[in-house]
Amino acid sequence: MSIFELTIAGAAKALAAGSVSAVELVTAYNGAVAELNPRLNAYITVTPELALEQAKAADARIAAGDATPLTGIPLAIKDLFCTEGVRTTAASKILEPFIPQYESTVSGKLKAAGAVMLGKANLDEFAMGSSNATSGYGPVENPWKRAGSDARLVPGGSSGGSAAAVAARMALGATGTDTGGSIRQPAAFTGLAGIKPTYGRCSRYGIIAFASSLDQAGPMARNVEDCALLLNAMAGFDTKDSTSADRVVPDFAAAVERGVKGLRIGIPAEYRMDGTNPEIVALWEKGIEWLKDAGAEIVDISLPHTKYGLAVYYIVAPAEASSNLARYDGVRFGARVDGVDLIDMYERTRAAGFGAEVKRRIMIGTYVLSHGYYDAYYLKAQKVRNLILRDFTDVFAKVDAILTPTAPSAAFGLGEKMDDPVTMYLNDVFTVPASLAGVPAMSVPAGLSAEGLPLGLQVIGRHFDEETVFAVSAAIEKAAGFTPLPELRAK
Amino acid sequence: MGYSLEGRTGTWEVVCGLEVHAQVISQSKLFSGASATYGGAPNAHVSFVDAGFPGMLPVINQECVAQAVRTGLGLKAQINLFSRFDRKNYFYADLPNGYQISQFEHPIVGTGIVEIELQDGTIKHIGITRLHLEQDAGKSMHDQHPAKSVIDLNRAGVALMEIVSEPDIRSPEEAGAYLRKIRQIVRYLGTCDGNMEEGSMRADVNVSVRKAGEEFRTRCEIKNVNSVRFVMHAVETEALRQIEVYESGGEVKQETRLYDPSKGETRSMRSKEDAHDYRYFPEPDLLPLILEQEFVDALAAKLPELPDEKRRRFCDQYGIPFYDAGVLVADQTTADFYETVAKGRDGRLVANWISGDFFAALNRTGTNIETSPVSGEALGQLLDLITDKTINGRIAKDVFEEMVETGAMPAAIVEAKGLRQVTDTGAIDDAVTKVLAENADKVAEYKSGKDKLFGFFVGQVMKGMQGKGNPALVNEAVKKQLG
Amino acid sequence: MSLDAATVRRIAKLARIRVDDAEVETLQGELNAILGYVEQLGEVNVDGIEPLSGGAQMALRSRPDVLTDGGFAEKILANAPDRVGEFFAVPKVVE
Repeated sequence: MSIFELTIAGAAKALAAGSVSAVELVTAYNGAVAELNPRLNAYITVTPELALEQAKAADARIAAGDATPLTGIPLAIKDLFCTEGVRTTAASKILEPFIPQYESTVSGKLKAAGAVMLGKANLDEFAMGSSNATSGYGPVENPWKRAGSDARLVPGGSSGGSAAAVAARMALGATGTDTGGSIRQPAAFTGLAGIKPTYGRCSRYGIIAFASSLDQAGPMARNVEDCALLLNAMAGFDTKDSTSADRVVPDFAAAVERGVKGLRIGIPAEYRMDGTNPEIVALWEKGIEWLKDAGAEIVDISLPHTKYGLAVYYIVAPAEASSNLARYDGVRFGARVDGVDLIDMYERTRAAGFGAEVKRRIMIGTYVLSHGYYDAYYLKAQKVRNLILRDFTDVFAKVDAILTPTAPSAAFGLGEKMDDPVTMYLNDVFTVPASLAGVPAMSVPAGLSAEGLPLGLQVIGRHFDEETVFAVSAAIEKAAGFTPLPELRAK
Repeated sequence: MGYSLEGRTGTWEVVCGLEVHAQVISQSKLFSGASATYGGAPNAHVSFVDAGFPGMLPVINQECVAQAVRTGLGLKAQINLFSRFDRKNYFYADLPNGYQISQFEHPIVGTGIVEIELQDGTIKHIGITRLHLEQDAGKSMHDQHPAKSVIDLNRAGVALMEIVSEPDIRSPEEAGAYLRKIRQIVRYLGTCDGNMEEGSMRADVNVSVRKAGEEFRTRCEIKNVNSVRFVMHAVETEALRQIEVYESGGEVKQETRLYDPSKGETRSMRSKEDAHDYRYFPEPDLLPLILEQEFVDALAAKLPELPDEKRRRFCDQYGIPFYDAGVLVADQTTADFYETVAKGRDGRLVANWISGDFFAALNRTGTNIETSPVSGEALGQLLDLITDKTINGRIAKDVFEEMVETGAMPAAIVEAKGLRQVTDTGAIDDAVTKVLAENADKVAEYKSGKDKLFGFFVGQVMKGMQGKGNPALVNEAVKKQLG
Repeated sequence: MSLDAATVRRIAKLARIRVDDAEVETLQGELNAILGYVEQLGEVNVDGIEPLSGGAQMALRSRPDVLTDGGFAEKILANAPDRVGEFFAVPKVVE
């Protein structure tokens, strides 16, 4: 069996048993990155020497009997997590020269667990996008192809580099961040599992902010169990993040085995939207049957404000982003373009440093917060956001989890859906409501489209009840028995 | 009759409100663990949070919250159990995040009242609109390099309280009295050191003028005025400028102005002109600040006695005049010193000595209460020597000067120099007899009606006794012998 | 509500992003498409609904007032595009 067949859980067992060393594992993955990254562009920065050093330390730790389930596991770290001494760009030209002197809490926890960083994964610039096409360092190619076609497809976004890296076996797992679907949608597009935990579950400290009230870090991996192992290490209270939850982190890996017997699963009527690919609707129906067969009770529910989620999101997220991105001014870090005076320097620096999508969102955000428009846009959006939260709170009195599709389509071609920004935004229609409500949601691969592309189903849970989300996702994973792999991968 | 300014077209009233920025006394900054201490090497008191680095998040300092609540209580103001932080967005080189975390819609402290006293003894109430917590910015310096401005972020993120008054102020004198009062209150509370030279307290001054009976006219905001004297002058000079604009047929434009102390004028700040859409919105990196009533009550219970209350108590307890009490409570140290000395003694005598000879000595020697050569204990002992008639008041002044010179205790000085008051009537009678005998001509004049000479005889007797005669007994003896 | 070119320029100015005339035109179209899309919120009745501003439903925690950070000017300045000694440097500002 090829070393690339191992999952995180499998690799951990092999490392513990001594049948493979961390150095062997990491050397293999460094090789895969070297081979495939020039084509897929999943990483912006690769750190093979650092990875090898960390692998050596991991082997020493394993030998000393001091290993965690992640010791020696090679990961891709989304280039939105600040990593001390390793360039961190947020896929923006404005941060091209930026080398953080500090480490994000989440990447720090993974490091402390002994995980190995292979490099910094590509993403949409400042995590703004659903295709990874807005990266300042070039688009990422999805390792999956439509049957009989060599057309380049997008891996989804914004965590598209993380998704492509794991799918092409250029990493065993990856960190992602999810603001409106940025973990779940690329996971669905690349046949991976990925979870956006409850807002507050993972510390945001050291993660470059897009929209503070929505951003959440989470894992992406080949299966539900690997995600649980990663999240166990990533999650936890952090005094450096005022929005981090002071709660015990449960054993997510144990929850994976729970089963769904007796659980009530809600099926929201409002997710049956016009324009959704019929294959996806059919897959959703299959998912419902799988869960019923596994002993769950299916309950029809209503989340009446679902259709307004995107509109709320495209006010709230740009508003926060317009302010969060004001710090990129060429004064203390990052790229600078000189000007005749301070204001000219700001304007040239930001014009040259930000890409088109980031500029659009900064402009929209600035506008909706500006004098005379705040109430009509931002305040209104916040009130509707409350109604969306209320939809979930009401429903979770009756059900334990909700099942929906993850995205309205399979992966699309690079250059498609680029006609206007709104068409692209519609990708997030199923993922955005959970982000607005702050509840945990996971995408799990459930089948292939007629064209041979992976499709995902989304499981949404109560605040801080990721355990049920893992249990339900694992049940779907088991029933779906999803085994196909992309042709472009390390073998 | 209040303050007014005469223009060519009649009498103008000045309307003024102050926004006082008071730096909170704390070890660390409002949202980071870096030092809040003034000074330091450039960028040494700076964390990644203060410098606005990517991914950095604010965490609030509980002491800064407590200090704001204490100050609110000291301003007799409403404490808001629910408050919230907002971002005020604007670009400036010394504002690292591109926004300042402040409180816009829901400040931690609401309306309150401050009592000020004017020169003529009038008491006036100035309304407090609100007090909110916010971050200070860094410091830009424009004179360190020929082509560049340079930035030190040491102050960035230090906690400030912005105390906003109602437009209740009607004269430069009131503006000065209000600012001094705010400074006195925060110093009593220990919430701000009130040091205007170091910039730990500064004021934005809003000024407009109007004719009697009119609604408010357009106001101008004069930024960052950093002394009481400058505030008073800025109010006057800006009011005069506006009157001149109106009387020349112009209109006052709402704008931000800068006070130039060297020229004694205000001028428009062009650089702030286009920055007026601050796009406030709730700070998403923080949650609403919820205070428990018990927390507020506990701070209230430990609040020190404030100057107004102390002043009234001094009047009642020590029987001293309102004005004198005002002098003694000007700052906490003086008030404490007074109370230490006044304990078990005649409060009025103590008040007179402290506000008279003692303060004069501090001034002359360039010392303060802490460094004074005369301790509270020493002063008390001196006053005891007067009260028990060991020395008289005249001698006491000499003894006090000796105490200032040498730092010695008064009893020791009296003993060493033999300054005890003479109460032996025999000795006094002898001294009187001697003086009258030596001045027979004056005695004759006195007897023919020149009553004023009585004081001369008393003076001569005291002089003959080296000042040590008991003044009452000397008086009595002179009267008796003159018949 | 529809944005005109002057408003696009004003917003770009507020956001400190330099835009040329061609960009103004493109942005105007794109921004109006987005604003057109979010118009649908107008149909939602929000009477009596409180705005929800944060993702976390809890009270703010505070930290004790102790010195735990700073004291590393070199790290703060390590990424500076321009500096003069221990200061950050920018083009001269005239106040």
